[in-house]
Amino acid sequence: MQQKEFLNTVMPFKDKLFRLAKRLLVSTDEAEDATQEVLLKLWKNKSKIEQYNNVEAFAVTMTKNYCLDRLKSKQAGNLKLVHSNYTDESVSLQGRIETRDSLGWMSKIISKLPEQQRMVLQLRDIEQYEFNEIEEMLSMKATAVRVTLSRARKAVRDELTKTHSYGISK
Amino acid sequence: MESVNRIEKLLEKYLEATTTLAEENELKEYFASDDVAPHLQHYSMMFNYFSVAKEERSTREIPVKPGKNRYYLAWASIAAVAVLAFGVYFGSEEPSSPYEKLFAQGYTEEEIESAQMAISLFTNNFKKGVEGASYLEEFEKSTNRFILNN
Repeated sequence: MQQKEFLNTVMPFKDKLFRLAKRLLVSTDEAEDATQEVLLKLWKNKSKIEQYNNVEAFAVTMTKNYCLDRLKSKQAGNLKLVHSNYTDESVSLQGRIETRDSLGWMSKIISKLPEQQRMVLQLRDIEQYEFNEIEEMLSMKATAVRVTLSRARKAVRDELTKTHSYGISK
Repeated sequence: MESVNRIEKLLEKYLEATTTLAEENELKEYFASDDVAPHLQHYSMMFNYFSVAKEERSTREIPVKPGKNRYYLAWASIAAVAVLAFGVYFGSEEPSSPYEKLFAQGYTEEEIESAQMAISLFTNNFKKGVEGASYLEEFEKSTNRFILNN
């Protein structure tokens, strides 16, 4: 497989890998690193690429594994610090005012979900993959995907309802 | 009202994760519009976020190196060593040539000639000085003789 061919294969889903990595790792820099690493691995194994029937799904799986490894090995590192920024803002009104921009608020809500839920939500609601694709990417059973997705969506809904009613009572 | 009912039903299905992609897109479209029912308002943040989040792009280049085979680097290093050996071998044969080249670039022939003349003048005078110094040596010999004799 030549360079150009490889780029044509990889280009359409490069950003999807990046967004999944960012959903898991939170930091943009680390997400860029993860994407680069995964693409590099793909490039090195380009001779085998033709054997995979779905390169995109394979790349998503690689990204998932890479990010989960990163999270495991960095558990005591700065990632935890990033997360701790998000855990206690439910109390402070100040924090709520500061995060009035809804996009930041939403990504914070999602970042509080367990990793599995974050991935499923990302792949379905943002990237709009079909369920069977998600099953393949995350090597999960069909029912497991639906249950996880349902939990993630409800958790986000609950969080939003809470904020919303706060806004009214104030 | 009809549409709100339908949206509510879809939302219910959505939360159970039983909607199809088409139905989810319908929800996205509804919440992107301006007339969202007040009691559903808080969902719009969610669905609008999904649309915006899909726009985020990675800014780094794809890390692909040119070159077909894996031995590219090995061949490159062999070639580099060969070039280096060649350079060392022929470089030692005529070491002055790079300097000559440097001179030729910066100065005209006249300038070089006059510089050479200046240098030869200087050496001639220097020789005279050295000859003069030999007289001094003679002088020192005779003074030493006087001192020793005393």
